[in-house]
Amino acid sequence: STYPSLIGQCWQAHPGSVCSKGSCGKNGTRDQFQEELVIRPLHSGDIYASFQFRTLWDIDFLQERQKVSHYRLFPKSLGQVLSKFSVRELHISFTQGFWRTMQWGQPFIPSPPGAELWVWFHDTVSDVDGNWKELTNVLSGIFCASLNFIDLTNTVQPSASFKPLGLGNATDHRFLRYATLPREIVCTENLTPWKKLLPCGSKAGLSVLLKSEKLFHSSFHSQAVHIRPVCQDEQCTSKAWELRQTLNVVFDLYTSSQGKKEWSLFKMFSRTLTEACPLATSSKIYVDITDNPELFELNPVTPLLSQAVVLGDRRTYSVFDLTRAETFGQLCSLNLLLRWKGDSDMLRPLLHAERYVAGFGLQTGEIHTVIYNNHPYRAFPVLLMDSVPWYLQLYIHTLTVTSKSRDNKPSYIHYQPAKDRHRPHLLEMLIQLPPHSMTEVTVQFERALLKWTEYTPDPNHGFYVGSSVVSALVPSMVAMNTNFTQDQPLFSSFVPVKEESSYFVRVYTEPLLVNLPTPDFSMPYNVICLTCTVVAVGYGSFYNLLTRTFQVDEPSLPLEKRLANLIRRIRGVPLLA
Amino acid sequence: TDYNDLYCLFTLVQFTKAGQFFSSGHTNNWAVLVCTSRFWFNYRHVANTLSVYRSVKRLGIPDSHIVLMLADDMACNYRNPKPATVFSHKNMELNVYGDDVEVDYRGYEVTVENFLRVLTGRLPPSTPRSKRLLSDDRSNILIYLTGHGGNGFLKFQDSEEISNMELADAFEQMWQKRRYNELLFIIDTCQGASMYERFYSPNLMALASSQVGEDSLSHQPDLAIGVHLMDKYTFYLLEFLEEVHPASQANMNDLFKVCPQSQCVSTPGHRTDLFQRDPGSVLITDFFGSVRKVEITKDTINLTSPVEPPIQRSGSGDIQIESLTYVDQLPVAEIIHQKPKQKDWHPPDGFILGLWTLILLVFFQTYGIKHLKHIF
Repeated sequence: STYPSLIGQCWQAHPGSVCSKGSCGKNGTRDQFQEELVIRPLHSGDIYASFQFRTLWDIDFLQERQKVSHYRLFPKSLGQVLSKFSVRELHISFTQGFWRTMQWGQPFIPSPPGAELWVWFHDTVSDVDGNWKELTNVLSGIFCASLNFIDLTNTVQPSASFKPLGLGNATDHRFLRYATLPREIVCTENLTPWKKLLPCGSKAGLSVLLKSEKLFHSSFHSQAVHIRPVCQDEQCTSKAWELRQTLNVVFDLYTSSQGKKEWSLFKMFSRTLTEACPLATSSKIYVDITDNPELFELNPVTPLLSQAVVLGDRRTYSVFDLTRAETFGQLCSLNLLLRWKGDSDMLRPLLHAERYVAGFGLQTGEIHTVIYNNHPYRAFPVLLMDSVPWYLQLYIHTLTVTSKSRDNKPSYIHYQPAKDRHRPHLLEMLIQLPPHSMTEVTVQFERALLKWTEYTPDPNHGFYVGSSVVSALVPSMVAMNTNFTQDQPLFSSFVPVKEESSYFVRVYTEPLLVNLPTPDFSMPYNVICLTCTVVAVGYGSFYNLLTRTFQVDEPSLPLEKRLANLIRRIRGVPLLA
Repeated sequence: TDYNDLYCLFTLVQFTKAGQFFSSGHTNNWAVLVCTSRFWFNYRHVANTLSVYRSVKRLGIPDSHIVLMLADDMACNYRNPKPATVFSHKNMELNVYGDDVEVDYRGYEVTVENFLRVLTGRLPPSTPRSKRLLSDDRSNILIYLTGHGGNGFLKFQDSEEISNMELADAFEQMWQKRRYNELLFIIDTCQGASMYERFYSPNLMALASSQVGEDSLSHQPDLAIGVHLMDKYTFYLLEFLEEVHPASQANMNDLFKVCPQSQCVSTPGHRTDLFQRDPGSVLITDFFGSVRKVEITKDTINLTSPVEPPIQRSGSGDIQIESLTYVDQLPVAEIIHQKPKQKDWHPPDGFILGLWTLILLVFFQTYGIKHLKHIF
């Protein structure tokens, strides 16, 4: 039944009660929804919360010739986008802030600052660029973002990075497009349509915690939508579409918690939880307690524990199952409390990258990308992808890659030079990082002078260069799980794992802010004023001198003489001088 | 029967209201709200636009019928001490940004060209619906502009201007394409009255916050945020609109009285000579609200056949049981041996050389070898 029932003392809908008996999931309706929140306390005192909402739909947009018209949990706007543009995979993220790997570790879902969009199209598409242009316009309407600024001048076609995260075997990179907008602002107007895509909206389940006033008052906020085909079941004989909406947020110790190392759901989100989403088959909260009891204490304590291997580390989690009524206790609301008890050191992340601009002046400069391999004895290869706009003219003959002050020749280089106003630079290199080392990639560039209409209304702010992407298979200390099971928590099943000894990770560097030589835009006005003044004063005086004639001007008569003249005029007598 | 009598009485009572019911002649409402200023110290212009947005949404116009253009982001600006909020009163009483705002044109997209394209409807075909003004000849449109302006122009983002003649021409294009039934134009800038001086299309009513030669002033600064929060005219306009509700009978004459010189310092102006109806009979909700007119019918409508249940996929046991796999994320060996494909066609090596040899041979054949000395 769909009516809420009195379980204990709390009114709560039966979990999954919108489906008729036993008909949810594979047997009845073909879509299911799961939601999950992972809370990971960080060693700096901050706290990292990662929401994942997954809708799995057993349908094929591309193969079935008839139009799909019955949408239930999967949002219709995205379904129509997928079928109209023959999209095989779509990944879009909006991020505010920069992920600090050295202080916070690796995120579950990495994302660069600003907006990032990469799409794999299906083999049947004949005009990929046309589809890409229309897709960006449609997505800009759906997410209220300026994605229409993505055009050929900032789109690249990576040749080895960004392999599909979903099912498939053919990977012809002609069907891949990647673009970033590092300047894109993320605010409530992007969160509102994102929340509307969720089956329960922002009314029930974990999405009630998504209050914009708290989410944007944080050090890092990233919301993303990932759509890809996945295995429908463990035998993996057929495909199903998976839509993952992820939201990662890091709350700062000093701005959100006033310096006290005490966190609760109410402090983070200004709300507590009262029920799970009725349309969800699973609704769970995982709290990372691997460092418990030495580091912090968790309230309320729950007997449910779970272990998962994620990002090369085996972590223990306390699980709160929101579909069970006893999780909410006597007060019918769940408010988790975490209190720190001491400090400890963090495990150093194995892969870390930085980027900065060196040089002085507004003519030339040098881009330095530094990649750190912190593994004590293992070397591993990384794929570095750089996409630089055309107005920074790279001199590839000055490209140097050095590790431990020795030259390190990459085993694969793909470089596509830029074409002014048509195409950005694309540089992809496969570099082997020696163990416990720092590798530096430098390339010199020259700044171009743009046409005056190409400058933004605030050109003195500078121009942004998108983040570099470092993709790597990092050796793992713990054996990774290669079996695919339906019960795996969502945060550990995002990236497919092919072998046990390593895990795939993507690290984004900082975006660069570069000043181009900016003309003075008040110049035309000043020039016109100055020129007109010079012309008026110089030429005008000269003209007057040549053409002016002088006449003697008679002084005006005093009043008595004027009256006398008036009378004389009446009398008809000659006037006085 | 007394049921029939009751029905007749009902119709009679309603007859007096029927005239009013159909007097305005519009069936849908649209709003185009534009803030043209960039930079943090122009916070008040964004707050102005968001206040009008809030009132218009509260009175019933849905987001799909509002085109909101904000030239800069104040809510999530790094200088904002309270992110995701934009306040209109000091002491942070009213957050006009809200929780479900949808901005259609943001940042660099707010340009004169985009504004005129939205008004006239001449947008590229791939523009999404939320960015279009899909009005028809029965639409009442509210247009609100705010920013920095002067005598006869309005500045967009400190880099370009729109003149009053361009605006008047855009409205004439809208009239000729029958894109509006009636249009209310409100502008809150310095010397705002100059912007409506040149209008010449019918059914336009305009309001401005100051006359030519006068400056519109800002209302009050907030010491915590550090900038002025609102302009005087829009502040009192918001105060007036907060008291209007969807069933309100307030009319345009009340709107003209908003913010007299004693409160605003500048003299608000208005122009009604191009408007057909008497302003006293025009309700505020004709432009600011979206009062739906419902016609009740007694006819029956036959529904089409019900939705077919989704066709079950044919059993996978019959066709190939090929197991699908995920792609390798970083296939190092494959990448190293990958040859980048040559997409541009270049002529084969030696072709150019051979071509030149052929040309030279033909040249010497026709003109003889004695001309060889002219070349060397």
